[in-house]
Amino acid sequence: MFRYLTQRAIAFVPTLIGVSILIFFAIRLVPGDAIVAMLGTEAGMLTQTQRESLEVYFGLDKPPVEQYFSWMGGVVTGNLGLSVRHGQPVLNLILSRFPVTLELAVMALAIALLIGLPIGILSAIRHNSAIDLFGRLLALVGLATPNFLLGSLIIVVLSVVFKILPNSGDFTPLHVDPGKNLSQLIFPAFTLGFSFSASVMRTTRSAMLEVLGQDYIRTARGKGLASGVIVRRHALRNALIPVITIIGVELGYLLGGAVIIEEIFSLPGIGRLVYNAISQRDYALVQGVALFIAFNFVVINLITDLLYAAADPRISYGQHA
Amino acid sequence: MDSMPKPPSTFTRLLRNRSGLVGLLLVTLYVVVGVTGLLGMTPYPVNDQHVRDRLTGPSATYALGTDLFGRDMFSRLMKGAANSLQVAVLSVTIATLAGTAIGTVSGFVGGLFDNVVMRIMDVFFALPALLLALVIVSVFGPGGGTTVIAIGIVYTPIFARVSRGPVLAVKEMEFIMAARCLGLSNLRIMLRHVLPNTLAPLIVQVSLALSWSLLTEAGLSFLGLGTQPPEPSWGVMLSEGRALAEMAPWLMIFPALAIMLGVLGFNLLGDGLRDVLDPRLRGVKT
Repeated sequence: MFRYLTQRAIAFVPTLIGVSILIFFAIRLVPGDAIVAMLGTEAGMLTQTQRESLEVYFGLDKPPVEQYFSWMGGVVTGNLGLSVRHGQPVLNLILSRFPVTLELAVMALAIALLIGLPIGILSAIRHNSAIDLFGRLLALVGLATPNFLLGSLIIVVLSVVFKILPNSGDFTPLHVDPGKNLSQLIFPAFTLGFSFSASVMRTTRSAMLEVLGQDYIRTARGKGLASGVIVRRHALRNALIPVITIIGVELGYLLGGAVIIEEIFSLPGIGRLVYNAISQRDYALVQGVALFIAFNFVVINLITDLLYAAADPRISYGQHA
Repeated sequence: MDSMPKPPSTFTRLLRNRSGLVGLLLVTLYVVVGVTGLLGMTPYPVNDQHVRDRLTGPSATYALGTDLFGRDMFSRLMKGAANSLQVAVLSVTIATLAGTAIGTVSGFVGGLFDNVVMRIMDVFFALPALLLALVIVSVFGPGGGTTVIAIGIVYTPIFARVSRGPVLAVKEMEFIMAARCLGLSNLRIMLRHVLPNTLAPLIVQVSLALSWSLLTEAGLSFLGLGTQPPEPSWGVMLSEGRALAEMAPWLMIFPALAIMLGVLGFNLLGDGLRDVLDPRLRGVKT
């Protein structure tokens, strides 16, 4: 197992290097320079010497390739650079925003599983029944409703009908006031969780239908096992692999920050941080956040692989890796 | 002896499939509305401002009401359909051509080359599609053309993966060896013998990618980085409608419905095509 984990972790290194190269050079193609983006119109008032000293301070005076290697050298030691816009280390900014994104992603996952798994299972067990039809329709609505649309509708309904403004005021962290924190996150989490639940529901249903049609399920029924036991012990465990896959992929992307949802609900998460950094040409911040997002994605991939083994004992990485 | 009855064509089977039929109808409606909008056959010119009729609800004169500037919502939705359809078709065409070429060549050549190409594709998978699209849009500046390029690049790796899988299986088959023995060039083998065997999953993927493209375009426009005003776009219309939702709910409801029906149509069509083209999945998928 340990050997397998090490091999997978090493295999992810080229992906992370690739992401760093892609983002590093792509963001430098954005028209305009970082100093102008930082100071706005005041940049025009800088003397040549002042501008040059700012460029030296942020390392912008060196050729791009040298800037890349210098940045990567820092990354290896945990220094992701300095944000031009915020004047703070990129790592600090990421660490201050990540809890919001993590909490939002975990809540969205919980909502998706609470809605998606039971309906998906029931849909498969009661194939072609009223509950199956309801489940399929709900999944279709979830799939066809972009989260920015659902988020906007929720905000409008809350503010117009219930006179509540979910995106007003400063964000309250969980440890300061859990109640207020949850009230600020529940609607964006539901928005993300609803479309997420559609994928969970569809995947669970189709995987369960496939498993329930297998011979060993018929044998279990023939043995006289209770249907609850058949579903729980024989069908669900075998149907979990594709469900874990879809959860892994979706969670990986959610940890990358839900740009639009964080924007419309005014949440200070990773998505909003990178969105603003892109528009402000904050090179170091975009690079750092993109690398962090990719890192999360590969870690989630790794955890997904481990969960496969937990769900299906036939998968043993220790022996076959 | 009676000859065997001719099996129904793929299209007939698609029409018999519930998801496929509904999807096809919705996509046809979307295309008809989009093409009509593209040809300028809208009830009113899309940017004409009827100042006296600002924020009028749906009526016989303005079927879907008017916006803050007195512009006809129905006409703008029609042109919005045309704009999003253009972006979706062009971007998915780029992604399909580039992705299929990369995936087919990579899978066919195999070895180190395949490994390197697929690791490069992994780089794109490690970043959320919208984030990647945002970076690309920032490089080239917002607008319809940029959106096409951004979405095209973002979805290329998906097509590379989808086309590579079947290539790996097909290239080991005997008829490929026979083609080699006949002295056919690699290019000819790929185009004439390998590619046709990868078409079924690609067709399904195209339909699904069109729905993602529609969503991404609406998302980028919602953020103000896609289609630029005053040119109508469903994402922009939805974003603008939010502020006036209490006073004029139709400004939000109709673009929302348009996006949902468009995405639903391509998704259902994709499901139907998957059922029809992949017999193993028949009756299993939603």
